[in-house]
Formats: sequence, structure tokens, C-alpha cells
Amino acid sequence: MRTENQKAWFFVLPVLALVAFNALVPMMTVVNYSVQETFGNNQFFWEGLGWFEQILRSDRFQAALGRQFLFTFLILLIEVPLGIIVALSMPRKGFWVPVCLVLMALPMLIPWNVVGSMWNIFTLPKIGLLGYFLNDVLGINYDMTQQPLSAWITVIVMDVWHWTSLVVLLCYAGLVSIPDAYYQAAKIDGASPWSVFRYIQLPKMKTVLTIAILLRFMDSFNIYTEPFVLTGGGPGNSTTLLSIDLVKIALGQFDLGPAAAMSLIYFAITLLVSWLFYTLMTKDDAE
Amino acid sequence: MAQIKLSNLRHSYMPSPKGPEDYALKEIDVTWRDGGAYALLGPSGCGKSTLLNIISGLLTPSEGRILFDDQDVTALPPDQRNIAQVFQFPVIYDTMTVGENLAFPLKNRGVDAETIKRRVLEIAEMLDVTDMLNTRASGLSPDNKQKISMGRGLVRDDVNAVMFDEPLTVIDPHLKWKLRSKLKELHQRVQATMIYVTHDQTEALTFADEVVVMQDGEVVQIGTPVELFERPQHTFVGHFIGSPGMNVLPCEAKGDRAVFEGHEVKLEGPTHGNGGRTDLGIRPEYVGFGDTGIPAHVTKVADIGRHYVVSAVVGNTALKVVTEHGVPEPGSQVFLQFKPEQSRVYRDGWIATQERAQ
Repeated sequence: MRTENQKAWFFVLPVLALVAFNALVPMMTVVNYSVQETFGNNQFFWEGLGWFEQILRSDRFQAALGRQFLFTFLILLIEVPLGIIVALSMPRKGFWVPVCLVLMALPMLIPWNVVGSMWNIFTLPKIGLLGYFLNDVLGINYDMTQQPLSAWITVIVMDVWHWTSLVVLLCYAGLVSIPDAYYQAAKIDGASPWSVFRYIQLPKMKTVLTIAILLRFMDSFNIYTEPFVLTGGGPGNSTTLLSIDLVKIALGQFDLGPAAAMSLIYFAITLLVSWLFYTLMTKDDAE
Repeated sequence: MAQIKLSNLRHSYMPSPKGPEDYALKEIDVTWRDGGAYALLGPSGCGKSTLLNIISGLLTPSEGRILFDDQDVTALPPDQRNIAQVFQFPVIYDTMTVGENLAFPLKNRGVDAETIKRRVLEIAEMLDVTDMLNTRASGLSPDNKQKISMGRGLVRDDVNAVMFDEPLTVIDPHLKWKLRSKLKELHQRVQATMIYVTHDQTEALTFADEVVVMQDGEVVQIGTPVELFERPQHTFVGHFIGSPGMNVLPCEAKGDRAVFEGHEVKLEGPTHGNGGRTDLGIRPEYVGFGDTGIPAHVTKVADIGRHYVVSAVVGNTALKVVTEHGVPEPGSQVFLQFKPEQSRVYRDGWIATQERAQ
């Protein structure tokens, strides 16, 4: 009988310890809270799956989840095509390449809360440059502190401004890796610009685009700081996305149990959608 | 199908070229017969790919004209020249099947479905890829991918010329000869003018009826493989073609004799011209051993299978001799005999002897 040397497992231990302390232990604490009820004094009572049921049935959660999906959907709908278009129109070589790249990367280098404050000041109806311009020069009734639609548009535009660059840079990396011979062959084959995009550029961008969409999905689905600083979830609850609502429950109302249950549901949804998307996108390659 | 004529072609990649050194192509004047198989042979950077891209229309030459059957196509884009090009790395459309790849050029030109189907089947059969027509092209091996990119060129029945830009670079050695003979066979069946760019002399000499040898943006010689081997017009051709290449030995020219390291060598005929640097050019195959002749010292003998390559020194000049039998020992003293009808003088690189009338 063959004996196997099992000592190699010791090499895995450090990683296991690290992962345990930065992910598993905090996560288990949340799991622990999600099935118990407390009235303080560090006394806990078994609650079972009650909190989960309560959260899933609550109108407040469902509304926030709906807003969250709408937000992420709009973000992907705008940023992905826009990112591809910008990447396609960027120069491939010459003096302007580094200029474009740096300009593109700039918004991403600004911290989230700064982006929120910037856009807040920028869009305030009376004192903000954009707010003043829209209201007093163009005569458009715009007030993101009062009107839900204005608030939504502002939050979306802010995110597009902040994160389209990520899609652009990833797509650009995919585009510049296409050898010239492909374009030359397409020219000789008499391919139209659309065919070049459809059969050369898009397939070559597919891998990076998958990553870009995945990252944009996760980031926009978990977005917190920017809309919180910009609108604080208002006016009313109109821009209260899942993360903002979660913080309200957990730290505002200090309802530990429901908040823990909600974050687990939140986490499960993010994981599930990411997994589904990734599996679907890479299915063809495996065949 | 067409005759291709390049007239006074010059090309520079710089916006305002000054001297001849700024030109990637210097003055090319060539006419290629309709249906011929030609090779452009030269080392990397000699301008052969530039020339190819000018013919296919991917580049517009700085000066000169390109004529297809006397029609000036210099300003026409690639898709209106009806040419096909096969690139160094196989270009295939990953998301399409093999069949869709082959049909793509026809679809873009608005050919009706019936004709497309017929042509694709014809070409697939020619290339032995009929059984792959419905598989996705991305999973194919490099040689099959290269076949498909060839097929996309051949599928159009109006192609004036098919260009190959070092098409066998990424193919496994044992598949190279297979694909090469396939190419030769295709040329006979399709009867299109084919232009093959390569730096590999074996590929050029086996594929082409006529080889154009280029160096530094200039054509140094155009000829059949036999002509290039038997009577190189330039020391570069002599050295580049053949293995080992022609011996180029510094000498003095005196009428129909050359004086090399103090020994007189009879030439194929009288020399012409004056001044410049003179060299004696003779292929290793035409140097023999004898009882008398030029004394030489053997330094190395290499057995390369079919024959031996003997390295020898005469005075201070090294040269090579190819022999099949009677191999001398390294370190021994021998006498070399140069075949007069294969001994020529080159002045500044260019041939400077006249062949004696037979």
C-alpha cells in the first residue's frame, strides 16, 4: 500500500489562519447574530430563521433591493457600452496614448467620500456650479435634495463619471492586444466597420469585458459611500440602496439580528449573481 | 488573374525622406506574369514585407505605380484590388465556424447564398477541411488555421493575386513540408498569381518559378532557383543562397584571371570595369581537391550527412569546400582546384565577368 506524505498540509496552515481571522471569524459572528435576539447585557436568545423570514417579507427590504437592482442595471447599461465606445475611439499609438490613459485613470484615483462631496457641492441647486447652471441659466427645475428623479440622475451620473474609466481601461487593454494582421485581413476580406467590431474586436475583448462587468456589478451592487455622502439616501427613501439601508438598521437602530440576517442575504445575492454571470460568460470557452 | 507590374516604386516611412537611406524600398521595377509563382527572398528588414503590403494595398507607396493588367491600382484600397493575403500568424475569426470563416469574404461582397455554399464546399475540399466545416475555428491547430486563412483568399474566384507573408513561421517543422506541397498543388489548381515572402531559401526555391532576392530595399537579382544558384549576380545572392554560401575571396582582377593570395585563378571570362573592391566568388561545390593547384591548410571537416564541408585556409583567407568523397584529414596540406566556368570576379559586390561564348 502506498503511503502518502501528509506534511504538506502544514504549509497551508498560515493561509488558513489568515483567512480565518480576516473572513471566517467575522463572518461567523454575523451568522451568530443573525439567528439570535438580544436585549443587551450580552444576553442572547435563540431566534432561528425568524430574522431572515422577517427581512425577506418586509416591504422596506424589498423596496431597497428593487432600487439596488435598478441602480446596478442602469449603471451596467450605461457604463459598459460607453466604456467600449470610449476605448474604441482612443488612439492606439503615438503621443496621445499616455495623455488619454492618465486622463482616464484620474477619476478612479479620487477617494469615494471625496467624490460624494465633490458632486454634492457641484450639484447643490443654489450654490453648486451645475445646480446653478441648470436652474438659473437653462431654466430646468433641478434639485437633487428635493426631487427623487433629480437625485437618481445625479447618483447615476456621478457613478458613470467615477467608474466608466475602469471599463475603458480594461477594454483598451484588450483592444491593443489585437495584432495588426487582423485588421489588415479584415480589410482584404472587405469587412465593414461593424463586422470588424463584431467578429474581431468584441471576441478579443470578451475576457476583459467579463472581468469589467463582474467588477462593475459587484462594486455598484455594494456601493455605499458616494450616494451616502451625496444624498444620504434621500430625498425620503428614494436613493436608499441596500447598503445604506443596512447601515441604518445595524448602526442607526442597532437591530443586530435583522441587520445580520440582511447582510447575509445581501451577500448571498451578490455571490449568486456573480457566479451565474461568470459561469454563463465562460461556458463557451470550456466547450 | 492579372499581370502585376511595379513601376519605379519607392517607399519611405518618413514624411520627408532625404537620402536613399531613408527609403525602405529603393526603386523597384518588376513585372510578374499572370499565374506565376514568385518568391520575395531576403533577410529580415530588407523591405520585402513593405513591398508585399504595397502590392496588397495596405500601404500606399511614396512614389511609383502599381499596375494590374495595365490598370493603375496605386490608389485603390485592398478590398477593391481583389487580392488575398495570408499573414505570418494565422488570422481567423474565432467566433465563427470554419465554414463561416470561408464564407466571410463572399458574404461581405454580397454574393448570393447558393454560390457561397458551392464555393465554400469546393475550397474546403481542396484544402482537406470538409469534415471541419461546422466546428468552431478557434480550437483548430496552427496549420489548420493557416489553411483556413488561405482558404478565405482562394474562395473568391476573382482574385488577382494571393500573397503569402512568411506563412509557415508558426507551423511545426514536420507539417511545413506538407503545407508547402499543398500550396504548390493549390497554385496548379487555382492558377492565380502567387507571391510568397520569406527569409527561408528552401521555402523560396521550392515554391517559386522565379525568385526575387532583396537586400536593403533593393532587388539584387531576379531569376529561377537554378540561375540564382549557378550564376549569382551579386555576392549577397551567392552568400544568402546555398548552404554553405558562396566563397567570397578578396582578389585582384587581371583580364580573364584573378589573383588570389598570390595564386592565379582562371575565370569564366574577361572582367570589365575598373577600380572598386574586387572579390573572387566561387561556390564551395565547385572547389575540388587535386595533386596540383592552390596550396591550402585544412582546419575543420564537418560531416553534414549527404556531403562533407571542409574548411581550409589559403594564406590568410578562409574558404569552404563541399565534397562527397576523398575527405582530407584536419591539419593536412591539400591543393585546391577552382572550376574556371564557376569562378567569377565581383566588383563592389556586383558581377564583373562576362561569360565566355560557348
